[in-house]
Amino acid sequence: MTGLVEVLVNGLSAGSVYALIALGFVIIYKATEVVSFAHPSLLLAGGYVIAEFHDELGFWPAVVAGVAATALLAALVEVLVLRRVRSGVHGTLSIVTIGVDIVLTVELARRIGTRVLPLGDPWGDAVVRFGGVTVAQARLAAIAVAVAAIAAFLLAFKFTSWGVAMRATAERRETAALMGVRLGRVSAGAWAVAGVFAALAAVFLCAFPTPGLDRATSFAALKALPAAVIGGVDSTTGALVGGLLIGVTEAAVVGYQNEWGLLGHGFADVAPYLLMVLVLLWRPAGLLGTREVARV
Amino acid sequence: MSRLPLVLLVAGLVVLPFYAGPFWLQAGLFAMSAAVGAIGLNILTGAAGQLSMGHAFFLAVGAYSYVWLSAGSERAAGVELSGLGLPTGLAAVAAVALAGAVGWLCAPLAGRLKGAALGIATLALVFVGQHVMYRAEAVTGGANGRAVPPLELFGLRFADAPEPPLVLGVPFGGLEQLWYLALVVLGGAAWFARGVLRSRPGRAFNALRDHEIAAGALGVPVARLRATAFALSSMYAGLAGVLLALVFQRTVPEYFGLALALDYLAMIVIGGLGSVGGAVAGAVFVALLPSLLTRYGDALPLVAEPGGPGLAPAEAARMLYGVVFVAVLLFLPTGLRGLAARLRPPARPARAAADPTPATPKTEEQPA
Repeated sequence: MTGLVEVLVNGLSAGSVYALIALGFVIIYKATEVVSFAHPSLLLAGGYVIAEFHDELGFWPAVVAGVAATALLAALVEVLVLRRVRSGVHGTLSIVTIGVDIVLTVELARRIGTRVLPLGDPWGDAVVRFGGVTVAQARLAAIAVAVAAIAAFLLAFKFTSWGVAMRATAERRETAALMGVRLGRVSAGAWAVAGVFAALAAVFLCAFPTPGLDRATSFAALKALPAAVIGGVDSTTGALVGGLLIGVTEAAVVGYQNEWGLLGHGFADVAPYLLMVLVLLWRPAGLLGTREVARV
Repeated sequence: MSRLPLVLLVAGLVVLPFYAGPFWLQAGLFAMSAAVGAIGLNILTGAAGQLSMGHAFFLAVGAYSYVWLSAGSERAAGVELSGLGLPTGLAAVAAVALAGAVGWLCAPLAGRLKGAALGIATLALVFVGQHVMYRAEAVTGGANGRAVPPLELFGLRFADAPEPPLVLGVPFGGLEQLWYLALVVLGGAAWFARGVLRSRPGRAFNALRDHEIAAGALGVPVARLRATAFALSSMYAGLAGVLLALVFQRTVPEYFGLALALDYLAMIVIGGLGSVGGAVAGAVFVALLPSLLTRYGDALPLVAEPGGPGLAPAEAARMLYGVVFVAVLLFLPTGLRGLAARLRPPARPARAAADPTPATPKTEEQPA
């Protein structure tokens, strides 16, 4: 029983981190209809900046610097590359982000090398016990920060003029533009927000029990991709549901995979994708996504 | 492409093994295998508009099927390996057919999805496939991979012999023999794909890509055609997988990962979506760039010795490849093929001037 509770808490914690990343995918998709394959490198960039500066600045200022730098980088990707692609072919923009990701990842991986960089977070390997259940502080912090960040975003999305502009753009681009919404700003803003979430997620992907940031950290973004698709790639609530589902599934598989023989070791890395395929078979638009209705 | 450059190119490729060393042959073979795979992906993604990021999986199906069908049961590195021990030629054909069948099975699922969601779903194939390759040790040999039995066709054995036969004074080892096999396979694959794309099914693929509902209303059997595109593309991938396995002489699961899947996408984007020539050009570019930069990188500025400060050759290759990827999409929306069309002088200007009827804007170029 306590084992199950631990698995659940760890799953929810990982899930809230995935939800952060998945929300970034959804925001970008809503504003620009692009699936960002550049996310792995954004994640790596955020983690790298924090790892480089936490000695000089202290942990929290370094996080602020990392978040700001990643937001700026993401906005630059939109302004310098995506905005300039003049191709009518559907899906080209998503393919461009793959190229952007390759360039950024090469540079970051070169800087990181084979090192494992600690992020200097204050939680270390401290644990909290209640009842018979042991949970790492970093895991709880991940839940708290993710909840706070997502709540802040959803409130802004609902009540600020920026949020209204975002929603109007997602609804219908041309009409929004005619109403005076600056599409360029909305797109760049969406990328920047996604960058913020990616950098925050990087903090907790590198916290206990992970030793720190290395090249492979970026793969977490590829696990959040199914999370976004499971929830429905145009649904913010869907991203949260998808993220939590992926997190809990993964934790459950890690907890019990040794009893499964052949599937066994390494199955946790594949489970999100299998879950995604199952969900898509059942609901092609994801759990909460809008079904595309074509009128002729 | 007009006749003369094509003839010169083929002639050059035919005489190359008499002059080039093993490095060039290996790189060239690798590029030709990649070209076969890229042609297949370009049918599916370029012509039929179904974004597939799972091409690496179908390559793996081809490569591993060939190994499993042709190799006998053996014991290597402490692992029991199973195998059917079929004649290698038959195994190669069966491997291609198997890859096609797997692709055909994926089509009904793919039919429910569109655009980027389809891309992400096919990504699942790569990850799940790689997991199976690592775990199903009896068939795949696990992480260490498995040795590939050399192909034997009509008494010819495509492998290094202790005393290689001399052709015009040049020893013909495994690489030289494979070179001609790959050349024939690539030629056939390109010719067939060109025929498909320029005839009825190709037009139907384009209709499917441009507007699915309109295509259906015009009488294109959408679901069946999509399945055909998936099966055909996977057969090309399977063929490329078999060739790659023969060239590398060992299949390892690590190779068939996400990076390979993205490489293939890059090939068709850089080369030009929807055309055979574009796929081949893109494949040659993407496949040769890393090995060229690794070999000749020290002659370039900004590229450092391995281990030194600055960009290592492999990193430089990867970086250049990413930059070209983005630049092509930014400045050449139709890829290298579009560049070639732009550089070519306009066709038959003299006759157009002599033509008395005013020319209606009629272009022979297909929309990309």
